Amino acid sequence: MPEIVIRTEALTRDFDALRAVDNLNLEVPAGTIFGFLGPNGSGKTTTIRMLLGLLEPSAGRAEVLGFDVPRQADEIRLRAGALLEHHGLYERFSAWDNLEFYGRVWRLPRRERHARIEELLRRLDLWERRREAVGRWSRGMKQKLAVARALLHRPQIVFLDEPTAGLDPVAAPSLRQDLAGLVQREGVTVFLTTHNLAEAEKLCHLVAVISAGRLLALGRPDELRARAGLRAEIAARLVDETTLDALRRRAEIAAAEWRDGRLLVELHPGAELAGVIAMLVESGVRIEEVRKASLEDVFLTLIEEEKRCSPTS
Amino acid sequence: MLADLVTIVWKEWKELLLSRGGLRGGLVSTIGIPLVMLGIYLPWQNGPEWVTTPLLPVAWSWLPLLLVGALVADSFAGERERKTLETLLASRLSDRAILFGKMAALAGYGWGLAVSSLLLGTVTVNALHRQERLLLPGANTVAVIVVFGLLSSLLAASGGVLISLRATSVRQAAQINSLAMLALILGAVALAKSLPPSWGARLAAAFTGPNLVRTELVAAAGLIVIDAALIAGAVARFQRARLILD
Repeated sequence: MPEIVIRTEALTRDFDALRAVDNLNLEVPAGTIFGFLGPNGSGKTTTIRMLLGLLEPSAGRAEVLGFDVPRQADEIRLRAGALLEHHGLYERFSAWDNLEFYGRVWRLPRRERHARIEELLRRLDLWERRREAVGRWSRGMKQKLAVARALLHRPQIVFLDEPTAGLDPVAAPSLRQDLAGLVQREGVTVFLTTHNLAEAEKLCHLVAVISAGRLLALGRPDELRARAGLRAEIAARLVDETTLDALRRRAEIAAAEWRDGRLLVELHPGAELAGVIAMLVESGVRIEEVRKASLEDVFLTLIEEEKRCSPTS
Repeated sequence: MLADLVTIVWKEWKELLLSRGGLRGGLVSTIGIPLVMLGIYLPWQNGPEWVTTPLLPVAWSWLPLLLVGALVADSFAGERERKTLETLLASRLSDRAILFGKMAALAGYGWGLAVSSLLLGTVTVNALHRQERLLLPGANTVAVIVVFGLLSSLLAASGGVLISLRATSVRQAAQINSLAMLALILGAVALAKSLPPSWGARLAAAFTGPNLVRTELVAAAGLIVIDAALIAGAVARFQRARLILD
């Protein structure tokens, strides 16, 4: 397997006048969970479709596992698994039959196929319900089964298009945990699209942020946070103007603002928040909560910047 | 390719059976009831004539058209409606394996049912209307049912799949398919009625005596050409990108 499993160069896709993906340049190393983040309609699904050879690019080129898209799409699909926008399960079929069908599609020998189906269904706690028609299942269970289907033939790369979208707060973390466990055991490269930033932060080694088809940022989640500057939100009481002025004079502080009972501080690159917190406590401020900027803040900042800079905005 | 075709046929038949409220219900409604009607009830009611009537090959060779026509709308439009098509297209299956697998499943169902009901009907007539000797359909009748049954199954499957590929919903596919069948039947009737009397006599002569086999061969060749054209149309129409974006 090549070290870089996905490489795109100026990949572009137009739908009439709409540019869904715009000059996308990406490199995804083998064995990583790659998060592809963006709001709805930002071009994530179109990118996956192009990488799987289901849509032809309007311009640019892409390679998956060393195979050219779309010229060698059959070779890519042979080695890839996918959970696309919809789970794609046959709802009248049982869980077993859904996996049996795709096991036959990937020509797994009967004995190996059945052992693999059992292994995946047991790992995902679906074994006891394997004979039920999946149409009666909850969305979370269907998504789990679709993950099992995507991994059934031990692909080298898996494309997961918003796997936890629409799941309730109990089902989503459960699926995320199962996914992380399976991916680690299988050693597969994952290309995961999501607009759930917490998900990307927990699962992904590398993250790309896309908006209106354009790549806004690419890097490790902590790198992206650092790139946007370290920000913190401190819920506190007893903050007076003197303390605020003292805070603003500190070398590590780039900006500080008191808003709605919260102290919003922005630190210079490399600065530590601990000294700031200690100074506030010494000044008699009662701190209730400290929240460092998350990937979500970075994401929202990037999207806002993109909107401001966009010629159409 | 053959293994992939068998896989698709397995999936299509399983879906067909399960679409009628479970495996048992599916077996009863898609195979049991047609077989009882066509292989037992009608032969029992018609008696020995069932095997000897010249209408048998005509009716039975076109029977698959109706059997397949009732199901074919679902082939691609149904997958699209149930959101299973994109996942299938993202698999390792080739375009032709998916397309021909679906056609083979439908044509196999129609043709298999026509031939099975012919065999069962022969058994029924012999069991319920015993004669001094065994009543069997003629060699020509059997050949016509086997060959034309297969060709008409393919006609319905390829034409229906082509319509289903283009349709945005199962309902739309079913409506277009029904209209196409109606046009085919009404067109044939209108053509027969518009023929001058001398042509009518020539046509009747073509279906009797030594001319019969030649007429059958010409008709079979014509059907093969039409089937091939429809299959080629479906192959040309089957493009993953179009199927996903439609």
